Amino acid sequence: MGEASEQAARARRLLLGALTAPGELPGLPLADWDLLLRVARRTRLLGRIEADLAAAGLLGAVPERAGHHLRAARNVVAHRHTLTTWEIDRILWGLEGVDVRPILLKGIAYAMAGLPPARGRLFADVDLMVPEARIEEVEKTLLGRGWFRKALDPYDERYYRVWSHEIPPLRHRERETEIDIHHTILPRTSRLKPDPALLFAAARPLAALAAPSGAGPAQPQGAEPRTLSADPRLQVLAPADMVLHSLVHLFLEGDPQDGLRMRDLVDAHDLLRHFGAEPEFWGSLVPRARELGLTRPLYYGLRYARRILGTEVPHAVRAAAKKAAPPPPVRALMDRLVPLALFPEHPDFPRRRAARARLLVYVRSHWLRMPPLLLARHLGYKAWLRVRRVPRKTELTRLELKQ
Amino acid sequence: MGPFAVRLRVPFAPLVDSLQLLYADYPVLEDEALVDLHVGLGPPNPLRRRVKPIVRFTIDARAPFPDSPAAHALPTLEWGINWGIATRANHLLMLHCAAIERDGQAVLFPAWPGHGKSTLCTALVHSGWRLLSDEFGLVRPEDGAILPIPRLIPLKNESIEVIRSFAPEAYIGPSFYGTRKGTVAHVRPPAESVERQGEVARPGWLVFPRWVKDAPLTLEPMPKAQSFLMVATNAFNYPVLGETAFRLVGDMVRTCECFSLTYSDLDEAVTALDRLTRGAHG
Repeated sequence: MGEASEQAARARRLLLGALTAPGELPGLPLADWDLLLRVARRTRLLGRIEADLAAAGLLGAVPERAGHHLRAARNVVAHRHTLTTWEIDRILWGLEGVDVRPILLKGIAYAMAGLPPARGRLFADVDLMVPEARIEEVEKTLLGRGWFRKALDPYDERYYRVWSHEIPPLRHRERETEIDIHHTILPRTSRLKPDPALLFAAARPLAALAAPSGAGPAQPQGAEPRTLSADPRLQVLAPADMVLHSLVHLFLEGDPQDGLRMRDLVDAHDLLRHFGAEPEFWGSLVPRARELGLTRPLYYGLRYARRILGTEVPHAVRAAAKKAAPPPPVRALMDRLVPLALFPEHPDFPRRRAARARLLVYVRSHWLRMPPLLLARHLGYKAWLRVRRVPRKTELTRLELKQ
Repeated sequence: MGPFAVRLRVPFAPLVDSLQLLYADYPVLEDEALVDLHVGLGPPNPLRRRVKPIVRFTIDARAPFPDSPAAHALPTLEWGINWGIATRANHLLMLHCAAIERDGQAVLFPAWPGHGKSTLCTALVHSGWRLLSDEFGLVRPEDGAILPIPRLIPLKNESIEVIRSFAPEAYIGPSFYGTRKGTVAHVRPPAESVERQGEVARPGWLVFPRWVKDAPLTLEPMPKAQSFLMVATNAFNYPVLGETAFRLVGDMVRTCECFSLTYSDLDEAVTALDRLTRGAHG
């Protein structure tokens, strides 16, 4: 237990150091690089670290072998960026004649709007949101123009259609990028029910936000991405909504093995810092969370971004968000669980404590996403699949993206 | 292994024995602090005895694949390491080809499965050539040099006997029956190839081999445009490197002599390649 805890602390210190003080990385001993590369890959932050080092002009100062891993991560990120922006281009072509203005979500939104979390950010899929009333038309149109739905078993199909906030993923038959089309940001069954109409009403045209030079990773050559960003149909969430969505994603989309995604917290941190430079942003954040019923995730998000990544949040905003704090015992429990579930372990010294925290956080997120009976049924079904040893569906080509 | 430092954890005695024989010539990295691939292979739960024993391949302590029968431990490990390299080494252009070298010049054999690349490659490295790789043509983006990565060469089915008679001196490990690719046995790379794994080579020839039963030997120039397409479409990560990959393959095809080779007899093929490469470079 002693060694595992020490190694976990070391992994945590290294990852945090790389995220908050990349300037100190060149002095890192090789053995620390070894562990840092492993945990950064697992949390999908390798590209991010590379981008920060590149921006500081420090890539030449890292050990050669570590440099190879960083370069590899950069190449993959740039390639995904090309594929996903191309997919958007094709979707716009596919939706010609359909009067709909999709909102880009998460990675693709950050990348196309040139927002700070885009740098070095690896994402595999394209996430879009369209009004629920239009989703059928959008899906049908794309299906008629070369996209297809993966075959799902009836349970999964029903899961998407009846309970979920998105339809089953679509993929063009000539390409590998999946598109997830959402109609809101949380499952229908969720206890938190932000009104999607509010999100659509506040959405901004992408063209108004897209930075001309783009802070995104390795822009493809030519002027193509800029003209794509200028397409009047593309939208992104308003700044406060974008922050809230990143936090919803962090606290409500756990994974039993990976726990909470550090990358989501990093996204929120970057967005808060970026939008926080505009004076009206901070004043609008808590009222907006209240309007959308998302004050609790906001409270947690601000708390852990500040505690873990040192995000600066004005005192008044913290005080206002605190009204949504849970009772002290719950908060104390979350203070213990969240860092355990958020930080990667040393891969060779996994601790049962952290595994338990990840599981608890996962159960919590499901608890908030589904009413108890449905949850019992859903988890029961998943357990039944395990008992019957139905293999988890994995595709090797997509697995690579999780590396 | 070539440019990669690999840490193996193998808590599985039968595999340790074959590894000690097949990897006998590889340098042991005593104090390599930064390792590229942390891989392991062993029973998923050492306490549990099963009727049919299984092993699990792990990379960074996670299992990317379903477990395999314990009897296939070595092919599983080899395949897993290749997968790890193919998915991670995106700082290099990774062609799917065998590669051999003589006098600093490399012959690359891009080929599709079943075209006899491993068999031909094994025959050549037992005929005076140095093994650069049987699977990966690792191209360094900075200068287009080929980085050696001599690994065990997996021979499939009939090829095992063919090589036993062609090169009786070749060290071939145990045969594994009923794997995904049929019967597999691994050839240990010649010791010299492993010792010289730090020496890069320049690509000199691109030869697209194809074994066809009873076919007479033909060795014909291949148009450059076709060669380009065949190299690019058969690479592990051509799209990932984008423009860099386009430039690298373009340079390679431009500077290399490109041939297609059809053969059925290994001796004839080796002689023809010997003549081709000596003729051109004197």
